[in-house]
Amino acid sequence: MRAPLLSRLWSILKPVLSTLASIAITLLGLLFVTFIIGRIMPIDPVLSIVGERASKETYDAVYLQMGLDKPLLMQFLYYLWDVIHLDFGTSLLTSRPVADDIARVFPATLELATIGIIFGIVLGVPLGVLAAVNKGKWIDQIARVIALVGYSMPIFWLGLIGLLIFYGILGWVGGPGRVGIFYVDVVPSVTGLILVDALLDGNWDVFKSAFSHIVLPASLLGYYSLAYISRMTRSFMLEQLSAEYVTTARVKGMSEWDVVWKHAFKNIRVQLITVIALSYAGLLEGSVLTEIIFSWPGIGSYITTALLSADMNAVMGGTVVVGLIFILLNIFSDLLYKIFDPRAK
Amino acid sequence: MSDTQTLREWLLTETPTSRRHAKISAFYQGWLTLRSNTMAMIGLGILVLMLFVAAAAPLLAPHDPFVQDLGNRLAPLGTEGHVFGTDSLGRDILSRLIYGSRITLYIVALVALIAPIAGLLVGTVSGYVGGWTDAVLMRITDIFLAFPRLILALAFVAALGAGIENAVLAISLTAWPPYARISRAETLTIRSSDYISAIQLQGAGAFRIITKHIWPLCISSLIVRVTLDMAGIILAAAGLGFLGLGAQPPSPEWGAMISEGRRFILDYWWVATVPGLAIFTVSLAFNLLGDGLRDVLDPKAGE
Amino acid sequence: MNLFNRLLTSAAIGTAVSMSSFAAYAETPANMLVIANRIDDIITIDPAESFEFAGSDVSRNIYSRLVYLDPLDLEAGYKPGLAESWTVSEDGKSITFVISEGNTFESGNPVTAEDAAFSLQRAVILNKTPSFILTQFGFTPENIAETIKAEGNTLTITTDRKYATSFILNCLTATIGAIVDKKTVMANEVDGDMGNTWLKTNSAGSGPYKLDSWKPNDSVTLSLNPNFSGEKPAMERVIVRHVTESASQRLLLERGDIDIARNLNPEDIVGATEAGGVKVEDELKGHLMYLALNGNHPVLSKPKVRQAFKYLVDYAGMQDSFLKGQYTTHQNFLPATYLGASTENPFSLNIEKAKELLAEAGVEGLVIEAGVREAQERIEIAQTMQNTLAQAGITLNITVGTAKQILGRYRARELDMYVGIWGPDYPDPQTNAGTFAYNPDNSEEAGATGFLAWRTAWEVTPEMNAAVEAAVTEGDREKRVQLYQDIQKDFRDTSPFIVMFQRIEQSAMRDNVMNFSTGQAVSSAAYWQVTK
Repeated sequence: MRAPLLSRLWSILKPVLSTLASIAITLLGLLFVTFIIGRIMPIDPVLSIVGERASKETYDAVYLQMGLDKPLLMQFLYYLWDVIHLDFGTSLLTSRPVADDIARVFPATLELATIGIIFGIVLGVPLGVLAAVNKGKWIDQIARVIALVGYSMPIFWLGLIGLLIFYGILGWVGGPGRVGIFYVDVVPSVTGLILVDALLDGNWDVFKSAFSHIVLPASLLGYYSLAYISRMTRSFMLEQLSAEYVTTARVKGMSEWDVVWKHAFKNIRVQLITVIALSYAGLLEGSVLTEIIFSWPGIGSYITTALLSADMNAVMGGTVVVGLIFILLNIFSDLLYKIFDPRAK
Repeated sequence: MSDTQTLREWLLTETPTSRRHAKISAFYQGWLTLRSNTMAMIGLGILVLMLFVAAAAPLLAPHDPFVQDLGNRLAPLGTEGHVFGTDSLGRDILSRLIYGSRITLYIVALVALIAPIAGLLVGTVSGYVGGWTDAVLMRITDIFLAFPRLILALAFVAALGAGIENAVLAISLTAWPPYARISRAETLTIRSSDYISAIQLQGAGAFRIITKHIWPLCISSLIVRVTLDMAGIILAAAGLGFLGLGAQPPSPEWGAMISEGRRFILDYWWVATVPGLAIFTVSLAFNLLGDGLRDVLDPKAGE
Repeated sequence: MNLFNRLLTSAAIGTAVSMSSFAAYAETPANMLVIANRIDDIITIDPAESFEFAGSDVSRNIYSRLVYLDPLDLEAGYKPGLAESWTVSEDGKSITFVISEGNTFESGNPVTAEDAAFSLQRAVILNKTPSFILTQFGFTPENIAETIKAEGNTLTITTDRKYATSFILNCLTATIGAIVDKKTVMANEVDGDMGNTWLKTNSAGSGPYKLDSWKPNDSVTLSLNPNFSGEKPAMERVIVRHVTESASQRLLLERGDIDIARNLNPEDIVGATEAGGVKVEDELKGHLMYLALNGNHPVLSKPKVRQAFKYLVDYAGMQDSFLKGQYTTHQNFLPATYLGASTENPFSLNIEKAKELLAEAGVEGLVIEAGVREAQERIEIAQTMQNTLAQAGITLNITVGTAKQILGRYRARELDMYVGIWGPDYPDPQTNAGTFAYNPDNSEEAGATGFLAWRTAWEVTPEMNAAVEAAVTEGDREKRVQLYQDIQKDFRDTSPFIVMFQRIEQSAMRDNVMNFSTGQAVSSAAYWQVTK
């Protein structure tokens, strides 16, 4: 009785363990590559601390203090040791623990990415379905142009122009930053997501201000996901609509609406979620350029600023978080496939 | 006349006389499908035009793209002698745009060569050899996939120093993993086919099988992917230029031109807008063409 | 479909909410000052460690010093601050400050001579970057118990030599002269760091404001120090928001979302003034834009080549185009308004003259590399140089990099040419003389990276070194001025530095903002005197 139980347990555990191992290896590799880049980069982290004025003595003291005189491998092992103890070190640029920094900047990106992806789904999925149902007709062509234009826009340029038109000229949306300046720190930060914090606090002014600030950058990011999502939806739907069961259903006299939504659409859910998960992961990396244009204090600009000052603790911490999210979302969509898609079995 | 008709018939034949004939015939039929796709043809037209502009830049450009005139800076659109106005140092924007097309093409061409080939190499070896090699190569691919793309490129450029060649390398570095994934998947399907087993039985070595038999079969899906990626490559290059890490001044790289012009976006909007539109047009052209090519080369994608 | 419908409804609600925020023109609250500035250079606000511009702004408003610069009367120079008076000993080496009564820190602790001594000693012991401002007087961790001494309500500092009293007091107006709350700081000490880690992100001062929060690359928020002994400032809350783009700052200002925009470029300044409701105030700052030619370069080190380069800068062209209104031609290492500053600008663009000089030096087909940090105006200066140098047959290749990258190569003496900005550390001529014109040991081993002259590998003549040393101890004002005039003349002619411009800071603000000061050439921004 025992042996089969153990082997069954093992058969469940094995994939879990191997997944965990592959996550660990990927993260380790990610850290290692980042570390190497940071060390061969001709940017001097000591200068980030001591600045332009420093004398040689000050410089040398900091150099030793940072342990830069030790061999590369040792430095990396020390760093790993700390990471295993969940200590990501202190950022040179902000003088705070990297973990605190990430807890501060990541919600900004999360908020932006979430609204962006919602925008992308809400408009992208129906657009894709419409295009597939009307394949070759004008509506399909319009959907195609909308999507391809989205793919082709330099987002930093679109951001500048959007800001100019919708904030500068029309005044429809809030300006750069997450919230109107005099609403900064007005509501207590519980989740770090200003929209949610404002709701929790019941402060509508802050909510409105935050919403008007997020609308523009989120729709720009959302437009890009819309382009991707609508194209993929269209192609999944076409595959389903040409399947036999659809023809059968139509022959049986089922209404077109039911054919499209109740049957075909139902069958592409899993694929669609995968696509959405991937583009959500893309947004969560933090769109560096959008964040710069909109003075958005997110993780993308955090990592970039740190990188350009060789603040490697911050860069590695940020990269690990982003990498982990990417990997987890990937595993999530793989799992969905395994569970729902009969072909994958 | 009858000659061309025979040629057409020869091209459209249902019964090819040789392998080469079959290939040419398939190519021609693909071309016909593509030609019937108006949007793809528009894209192709724009790209051909751009190639022409880049090649004939010295003849087309009304001014030297580097000559400064501080007394005539930020001239508006339609100024005499400067159709697109002048930039912050009084240089002719149109001429810079024309010369800039060379840089854009150069970057795109290099990345489009490096990334897919690197990906193809890794993917096919990984898929064909399998075992530990596969595990190691795929893990490496995963690591690069998990990296935030622009940040990896930034880090790489920061490490090697700013410049076009390094920007190309950096973008290639971020672009190869998906190609590796695709070609690995294709290799896995091809490897188990009877056709490959037959060749193996004939005693062909792994190297020969990969280069002669697997690569050709992976190419068409890669071409589609490359064309669709071109726009992304242009945008990434422009992004690096925008952050000051691409082409070095005074080189008229389009992203760098936007970056220079964005300071004047409120009063002299054309300085940033004109290169922005140029980037948009070219990447749209690549997307249109890629979309059409997918219909031709990759019908199973359902598009 | 249900989910889809729900999402659609919420999207519609969302749009409605955003529409209702159509407020065409906002206004900041009357007791709050909102400033847009670039604050990404702040890496610490511990006054013993802070040295960058935005950090000095924070420090000036949080901490009081022994002597004080009045933002409404900067010409007057230092005035009594926490010290109500001071006396100089007969040998001129000791100054005794009497600490005034009745000042309190934000914690409620009284400000004592003990706190003052602790603050200065702490800066010397911590030995962070700006510590040279104090250690140049001979203070060392070993001797500070004797040289910086508190007794009752007095503080006595004793220097290693006799210096001009004004020099010492000017140095104490710098950020590092800030007086911190000893009890609070030591209560937060970790591993013998004298509270450094804690003070990096917290405040313990007796100035008009206290720090509410500093979010790196995002914002700094100050509010009234409830225990401030002086007059209560009109602005009860000050928010400095990090906004990089000039265009964004201008939009925020024109829409009334901020009161002051500090980084508008010349074009946006013109645009903003036209918008109405906005005024622009100019202040001459101490920052100098300069080029440095590497002394280790076989050609660039020739005196005639250096001369030629000085004629190859289009000073007027740049000043009147992309630098318009924000930089003025200035060719001396002492910024205008500094004691002894020369206002002579003998050089102008003269390609023919430069060609002659180059021919005399036998230069042909010279190719050099300039390192420029990623800042648009510097890149444009470099490109303008590229243009004029090309007319004289010199090829200039530009390498753009991040600030630290380029700075690192400059400090390692690797660049042929460097395009830099230098801002004085304290309002005394020694701050620039001691770095541009002073280099006692030019050898590689000396590694004197603190001196600009060393970085550019310039062998300063013994005469000039001696003159700089003499000027700093000269008690007679007239003689001191003359010494600096002579050094500057010699420097202009022989040095490998091409000082080009002095900065003018243009602050654009709403009409109703009064008395804002960025501290001119001698100090940083002050908020407590602002009204609106």
